[in-house]
Amino acid sequence: MIHVQNLIDAVGLGAVYALVAVGIGLVFGVLRLINFAYGQLIMVAAYALAFTDSWPDAASVGIAVLVAVGASLLMERIVFRPLRTADPSTMLIATFALAYLLENGALLQYSYRQQGIDSDPIGTLARLNQAITIGSLNIRWVSIVAIGTGIVSLGGLALLLNRTTIGLQMRAASMDFRTARLLGVRADSVITAAVAVAGVLAAVAAVITSISAQSVTQRTGFDVTIAVLVGVVAGGIDRLVSATLGGFAIGFATSLVSAELPSSGGTPFTSNVYMPSVIYLAVIVALLLRPDGLFARTSRGAVERV
Amino acid sequence: MSRVRGLEELVGPVALVALLALFSGLWVSSVDQVQYVTAIVYVAIVAALYVFVGNSGVISFGQVSFVAIGAFSAGVMTIPVDTKPGVMGTLFPLLRDHSISSPWSLVLAAGLGGVYAFLVGIPLMRLSGIAAGIATLAVLGITFNLFYNWDSIGPAATVESLIPVTTDYWQATVGAVAVICVAFAYQRSRFGRQLRAAREDPAAARAAGIDIHRQRLLAFTLSGALSGFAGGLYVHLLGSIGANQVYLDLTFLTLAMLVVGGVSSLFGAVIGAITISLFNILLVNASGLGIHVFGLKITAPSGTSLVGIAVVMLVILLLRPAGITGGKEFSVPWTAVRRRLSSG
Repeated sequence: MIHVQNLIDAVGLGAVYALVAVGIGLVFGVLRLINFAYGQLIMVAAYALAFTDSWPDAASVGIAVLVAVGASLLMERIVFRPLRTADPSTMLIATFALAYLLENGALLQYSYRQQGIDSDPIGTLARLNQAITIGSLNIRWVSIVAIGTGIVSLGGLALLLNRTTIGLQMRAASMDFRTARLLGVRADSVITAAVAVAGVLAAVAAVITSISAQSVTQRTGFDVTIAVLVGVVAGGIDRLVSATLGGFAIGFATSLVSAELPSSGGTPFTSNVYMPSVIYLAVIVALLLRPDGLFARTSRGAVERV
Repeated sequence: MSRVRGLEELVGPVALVALLALFSGLWVSSVDQVQYVTAIVYVAIVAALYVFVGNSGVISFGQVSFVAIGAFSAGVMTIPVDTKPGVMGTLFPLLRDHSISSPWSLVLAAGLGGVYAFLVGIPLMRLSGIAAGIATLAVLGITFNLFYNWDSIGPAATVESLIPVTTDYWQATVGAVAVICVAFAYQRSRFGRQLRAAREDPAAARAAGIDIHRQRLLAFTLSGALSGFAGGLYVHLLGSIGANQVYLDLTFLTLAMLVVGGVSSLFGAVIGAITISLFNILLVNASGLGIHVFGLKITAPSGTSLVGIAVVMLVILLLRPAGITGGKEFSVPWTAVRRRLSSG
């Protein structure tokens, strides 16, 4: 039965990672930009949640969403837009710098207030960590919430992308931005929409991760983002579906491998402290076999022949 | 004439490092000197990074793995043999019962860095673009994970601080200049030129008979060896070694230095490392002790320097998206000089 429980937890983590993967994939689709600062978007939303802990839960979550969307739009306006035509490496480093800025800005808050602790607790929402018992299964509410939210968010996003004009434009822009613009798609509005949706998803991921961690630090969201970035590229960053599957797979595998491996043992690959190595090794193998991504639709076309 | 013009591309970066070293040796108090020595070691790391990233145009997040290999091997092997069993008894006997001098540890660091990069590069250099970036990030993740957990090869999760501090500003300067010279010699060699051609137009380079995989592997290995060497310098500067010192933060910092300077020139690598380091020194001093500007003492809370350095990076990138040098090598404007001389 413990395996079933591990499986459900793994699906829960996979769902959160899938949401982050969609956020990263959406922005990549329209901007061709790998946003390393996405984790700090999650952090900002998580702080909003922690600081408004005494408010009603719905208001607190609402504020988190607003803050994340605002931060996401601000990032786009101040940094990504001026660099839209710059070299990819410049954009990448700009997102590093942003991430570094926000992380240390958050850290600074504590040195100003001279606080000893380095995390803010999540109080009222944390009761979702209690488990419900079904037969011999102990499932934390937060896992169920994660899976449910994941399904609802991804469903809503699928509707947005497939049933609305802006969704159609976003898909067109991520296929071929230049042609889409020639056909009358407004670059700024498509990018703004994608960035705003990415902000909403960051807030949703922030709520779930900070509930299950029960506290918020300046590193909240960082490790998740690095893992999801790896998963997204291993899955196939060129399509939203493959990117999402990649994100889900990395979350699922991370949770399951670390739950199933023994927790002690010093020599490599005998215990779950080596779980990251196992995952990364699998990612390298996957990339070598399918450089465009495991779930990419077709393999790369013929090499450019001038 | 063309020979002279080629050499000035080497003289520029070397002169910058020499100036920095001279400044730190003559005018900086011995307390602050370590910050300048750190800056010079960063020059070595970024120049090593440049050998692969700059010449191939492929972003690698993995070069700090080789810095880590160099730092760990140089660090673990120079701890005196009589104290080693006490502090790190779980090491492999070969590592536990032997020690080498610090110059030899730099040679070892370079060798191991090169071998590791070569082995990793054989499969990975087939990839390009984002896939290559993420695969090299995965290599860094594995390297960190092993160093952080495996107590037979190092101090694992603890920070080991009995490493002899031998990197003074003199050794750092010699080391950084050596890395710059090797990087320069490589980019002027036929191998370097082939790789740079492949960076500009892979299809045309392949048509001209260039084996891109082999050229990338060569640059990756050379970069790995130089990174290992720089890692050795770094560990003998810090006097301590822990897995977190050579992980994501160092990766982001060194890549940022390279891109801020201008990714496709050696001069850019050196200027980027020095610019960011100098800003950092300025900001750290401002937040610690306060700096005097026009008689006003400015102090900022600690931690402001980290925020400040991020802002500096962003501003430079927004103003000069192609980096400070724009990817160009150092050159003296000879025609202007000659005109000035003939008219005057």
